[in-house]
Amino acid sequence: MSAASTAEPAFVAKTKTGRITDFVDSRVGGSGILREFGRKVFPDHWSFMFGEVALYSFVILLLSGTFLTFFFDPSMAETHYDGGYVPLKGVEMSVAYSSSLNISFDIRGGLFMRQVHHWAALLFVASVAVHMLRVFFTGAFRRPREMNWVVGCVLLILAMAAGFTGYSLPDDLLSGNGLRIIDGVIKSIPVIGTYISFFLFGGEFPGTAIISRLYMLHILLVPALILLMIVMHLFMVVVHKHTQYPGPGRNDNNVVGYPLGPVYAAKAGGFFFIVFGVIALMAAFFTINPIWNYGPYDPSPVSAGTQPDWYIGFVDGALRLMPGNPYGWHVEQVWFGHVFTFNVLLPALVPAGILFTVMFTYPWIERWITKDDREHHVLDRPRNAPTRTAIGVAGFVWYSVMWAAAGSDLIATHFHVSLNDVTYWLRALFFIGPVIGFIVAKRVALALQRKDREIALHGRETGRIVRLPHGEFIEVHAPLDEYKRYKLVGFESPQVLPAVPNEHGVVTRKEKRRAFLSRWFFEDRVAPATPAELEAAHGHGHEAVEAAHGHGHEAVEAAEGSKSLTH
Amino acid sequence: MGNHSDGSPNHSGTVATAGQNEVERFQDPGIPPHRLRLADTDPKAAKRAERQVALLFGISVVGTLIFLVTYFAIDLGDDSSIATIRLQNALLGIGTAFAMLGIGTGIVHWAKALMPDHEVSEERHAIRYEEDRQAAVRIVDDIVEETGIKRRPLIRNTLLGAVALAPLPAIAIFGDLGPRPDDKLAHTMWAPQDGKRKRLTRDPDGTPIKASDVTIGSAFHVIPEGLNELQEGKLNEKAKAVVLLMRLDPASLNPSKGREEWGYNGIVAYSKICTHVGCPVALYEQQTHHLLCPCHQSTFDLTQECKVIFGPASRPLPQLPIAVDDEGYLVATSDFHEPVGPSYWERDSHERSVNS
Repeated sequence: MSAASTAEPAFVAKTKTGRITDFVDSRVGGSGILREFGRKVFPDHWSFMFGEVALYSFVILLLSGTFLTFFFDPSMAETHYDGGYVPLKGVEMSVAYSSSLNISFDIRGGLFMRQVHHWAALLFVASVAVHMLRVFFTGAFRRPREMNWVVGCVLLILAMAAGFTGYSLPDDLLSGNGLRIIDGVIKSIPVIGTYISFFLFGGEFPGTAIISRLYMLHILLVPALILLMIVMHLFMVVVHKHTQYPGPGRNDNNVVGYPLGPVYAAKAGGFFFIVFGVIALMAAFFTINPIWNYGPYDPSPVSAGTQPDWYIGFVDGALRLMPGNPYGWHVEQVWFGHVFTFNVLLPALVPAGILFTVMFTYPWIERWITKDDREHHVLDRPRNAPTRTAIGVAGFVWYSVMWAAAGSDLIATHFHVSLNDVTYWLRALFFIGPVIGFIVAKRVALALQRKDREIALHGRETGRIVRLPHGEFIEVHAPLDEYKRYKLVGFESPQVLPAVPNEHGVVTRKEKRRAFLSRWFFEDRVAPATPAELEAAHGHGHEAVEAAHGHGHEAVEAAEGSKSLTH
Repeated sequence: MGNHSDGSPNHSGTVATAGQNEVERFQDPGIPPHRLRLADTDPKAAKRAERQVALLFGISVVGTLIFLVTYFAIDLGDDSSIATIRLQNALLGIGTAFAMLGIGTGIVHWAKALMPDHEVSEERHAIRYEEDRQAAVRIVDDIVEETGIKRRPLIRNTLLGAVALAPLPAIAIFGDLGPRPDDKLAHTMWAPQDGKRKRLTRDPDGTPIKASDVTIGSAFHVIPEGLNELQEGKLNEKAKAVVLLMRLDPASLNPSKGREEWGYNGIVAYSKICTHVGCPVALYEQQTHHLLCPCHQSTFDLTQECKVIFGPASRPLPQLPIAVDDEGYLVATSDFHEPVGPSYWERDSHERSVNS
């Protein structure tokens, strides 16, 4: 140690800032961190912003939520309203509802903060969902990022939990009916449902405990878990480094983009303020959850056109779609003296269960089918993985049908159609929709791949029409430069992996099943264009040029060839 | 589309040529050459961008001022009107939005126009090195060896047993989150008290309803007599006891055996709590005699004892037996003959015990 200090004299800072920085650095070792991260490279793409939106909405939720806790009182004790909103003066209500009204009408900026909080919550869940769609469709969940995908799935569930627990807090009529539905769903659970309901509500519905219990979950437990998951999520992003879209100069061994400092940090940091600003604009001009219109919770009234917040919609829609007595058969059954409420249990648990199970396990499902266990850092363009894209679209359509069903009554009233017909159509789409979605998405993806081939081999359309000497019109195509072309041809196109015998020389049934799925996954494929094909295509091109000059019967022949340029 | 012979689509529209991957692939041309921006070459453009960034930051300052002025200038007072609230909300929002968007767009513009936009490439490193893995395995082996847990199964097994049981109190301690359900869900306030039958009263003011008040086609939202006077658990009782009262032509009602006396002169009362998941079945379609739940659109037909004719509910709405007392007021002759509201595991046994 002494040898080192004599060899290298201790650093002495010259400025005041330098001395403070040096003080901290020499005690926590910030230099090493800065050296590691200061110039870390981040790829840039607009679709990478969804995750950022989610993160920033969460920060805004913490800020606005903390403000609200200073004024909100989660008590369900009865009180008579005596605040600034005249129509409700003297009305009997819970303290929770009364304090929510006070935040809206008697605290300066309180309504604004409530609106910011609610809009940020809606945006939070939405951005998490869209971010996950981006990750799915680009194959970013593949090795080594499977665990981070799972963390993301957990975050989606937590985001919905945070939203729902918060949604119920004002104890207004709308959210109270939401809780009533939750109570009904819980009671349908076999064996323990009634007990869970009594334990959750502290007795019979609605009781006097639920709001303060949800409040604790909403401001402590759920946000703490979300924070923990976000830390894990970002830690893994650092470990893995970010994925990148395919393109010239990008491969699985490098990461191409902008250094964290200054460009990426500035863009990402500035983007926080933009997200905040947009949420502020929404809060300024679009009313969200006007609880004063609904009145306090009362088990008797309900307003027509009740809607949950958007992210709960798909479960509510599934509840609506389930027929209770199809063809006179009672879905609710009494077996051995006990009630099996399948008309509630099935729609509440099965679709959400299937969606989340497939979501959580998808990286492993695809890895098993494709036997692809390599590390992937270059993303797939969705068109270059047609079957995966089709699966994603099928799931998305399925979700959307259920989601639309949550607004079946509004669809009926807005479009002046029969409510029953809307439900019948959506019931049919519940089954057919994903199939159509799968087929259409796969065909579109393959068509786009073929278009890419066309452009890579024959160039882009210039819009320039040339008339040939014999009267035919052709459109001149301009060849791509090699960078643009590489983006269209530089992708992997995996092929069907037939069943392989195991070490005993036996093809197991599981392996046969895998091979079947592999065929289903990869049998329709468009191979990327090769240099040889490009050479051949250029041959046509030259002929076309000659043809344009016109040389006897050669021109006729060439015109045949030049058709490839004319469509 | 064109009909090409260059190895592209066959008739199925796709290519499935074996051995395609062995064909030589395009070489990666590398990162495209950097293209200079206007601000890189023209000092005037750079200066202009600089001024734009400063202007955006200035807009942010204006936004902050708008917020502060609004906060202190708009007085909510005691009786703040919706218009005042709306104005305050809009101005606070605009102020915040300008303050934030000014900073955000300013920084992003600065980064995009003036900071270097050279793309750089960095090598990825292996996530795990074989050397590390071996070292880690050795360390774990040493740790396990030093604890001696493999050599002393008694310690291991008793520890596993203890750890497996230890969380049980943590579960048990939540036992007082709520009371036992018992048969609370099977009974409502409508049961006659000390031989006195409860009158049907209007929701929410609690005034009793005379049979003569109920004209054909009308509907009443009903709560039991005495509900409003309850000191505790008012909402709990209300959540079970609310009833819809309707009168229609007695000829259109088709009471089943044993239920002939449950109505009075075409007046019938049904539980308002949906048998699906418990929303109030609040919509009465007078012309069709249908009751519709606005939450999930379960539809019940009044002329068929509220049988489910559409939607996710599976059971009819329970009927409340009613009659008229000496003074002409409607009363409930008994409680519901089955538990009201959504189904639950013990519901069937409750129904049997209520009727026995």
